[in-house]
Amino acid sequence: MWEFTSPKSIVFGEGALEYLKEIEGKKALIVTDKVIRRLGFAEKAASYLRNAGLNLEIFDEVEAEPSKETVIKCAEHARLFEPDWIVGLGGGSCIDAAKASWVLYERPDVRIDEISPLLNLGLRKKARFVAIPTTSGTGSEATWAIVITDVRDRRKIELASKELVADIVILDPQLPMTMPKRLVADTGVDALVNALEAYLSQWRNCFSDVLAINAVQAVFKYLPRSYSNSQDWEAKENMHYAATMAGLAFSNSQICMAHAMGHALGALFKIPHGRSVAAVLTFALEYMAKEAMERLRALTEAVGIEAETDEEALKKFIQALKRLLRDVDEPTSIKELGISWENLQSELDNLVERALGSTGTVASPRVPTAEDYRKLFVYAFEGKAIDF
Amino acid sequence: MKKFKFPSEEWIKAFKEELNKNEAYAEAAKDWEGDFLFIVTPDEGLDKEMVFYVDLWHGKCRDVYMVLNREAKTAEFVYEGPYSNWKKLIMGQLDPIQSLLMRKFKLKGNMAKIMRYTKAASELVKTASKVPTEFI
Repeated sequence: MWEFTSPKSIVFGEGALEYLKEIEGKKALIVTDKVIRRLGFAEKAASYLRNAGLNLEIFDEVEAEPSKETVIKCAEHARLFEPDWIVGLGGGSCIDAAKASWVLYERPDVRIDEISPLLNLGLRKKARFVAIPTTSGTGSEATWAIVITDVRDRRKIELASKELVADIVILDPQLPMTMPKRLVADTGVDALVNALEAYLSQWRNCFSDVLAINAVQAVFKYLPRSYSNSQDWEAKENMHYAATMAGLAFSNSQICMAHAMGHALGALFKIPHGRSVAAVLTFALEYMAKEAMERLRALTEAVGIEAETDEEALKKFIQALKRLLRDVDEPTSIKELGISWENLQSELDNLVERALGSTGTVASPRVPTAEDYRKLFVYAFEGKAIDF
Repeated sequence: MKKFKFPSEEWIKAFKEELNKNEAYAEAAKDWEGDFLFIVTPDEGLDKEMVFYVDLWHGKCRDVYMVLNREAKTAEFVYEGPYSNWKKLIMGQLDPIQSLLMRKFKLKGNMAKIMRYTKAASELVKTASKVPTEFI
């Protein structure tokens, strides 16, 4: 028995943001960051909500890779304002911070790191949740997961609860049109890794498969276009939807070890999520291939690569991935992240410990041991093909 | 090969022996400190609740034994499910984490602590499927 959980409603298409005019309620708290506010998106969303008769407050202090402290501050803001809608507006960081603040607002007795699928949170007694992504990658708008950074412990905390799935997701392709080129690539690669790992996960299912394959195909087709041409509306629109499809897919299957390694790297070396998973992706796939060849073969075919044998398929798929990553100026090894060999060595034990403790490890088709992770980080640093 | 009747004192002793041979568990749980009650609630031929105490410390299982009932011993974590689901778990027909998410088993205790040891938790439960088991 398994369960597919998704947002109640996904509103999409040009002008979808105007759907906020239909919201019924009294008060809305928009959780966002200063860039989104400067771009005018927060005010635009606020004006639609005011149009619907709601009182508004905007919390714009979310930072990249949000910390526990920011979430607690935002929740305190919510407790004073008492909104009946929480609106997460921005990239994955804003939406994750909004979700976590929502929990703390509704359940002041719960600590952030206690949020788990096994805890009955009883959300929606005070507020409901709208997620509006302005980037095309994390898929957070569609998932029941949250990633928060424990700054003191230099660790990403992976939290989940099915109650966290948004009531309404708004996908307005106008919003990501202003993304800087670097962000287009970083978030687009995030969507790719989400979709690939959703398809490879031990917990994959027929529903997540369809979404994952569609998202992988879309990223291969549209990410290079979206990256190279800021005015390519078709590419940007399709990337925006692909990111949500990938989010739905992995939310209902699981992430795997590229995420486990990427989260460990990101937290210890302060690297944006998309770049840290990009740097380890091909090594993680080569490692998992031993137990997931049939799946990798299907992915290879899905992106139009022909191969006679499994070995050829894997080789060509890895080559295609590296080409795609290079086309969008993403790293294909840890060294390319600018991390020195000495720094990697000094953090190796911590990297292994954090990767082993990640939820991405348990659902991988091939579950690494500590020794395997140690070798994987070294191979991924050197850019060496996996031979174990 | 000798089979151990589940649930019984001899089964939980065999589980301890198997867990202490599991290198993947030892590595993943090397910093773990905490004990469990494994509770098997009655259904499908089991007419009485059975309770195991399992003491885990730094990647090793230090002690195991059956206790009279759930009130007879306290532990940091309680892992509880009906006999029929334990049977499926031991036979490898249920994924340990998925079965928790689908409420086939309940886990009580500090979730923040256990979520940092997901691989150890997974290995712990997988070890149960390595014990040659005879069901009632």
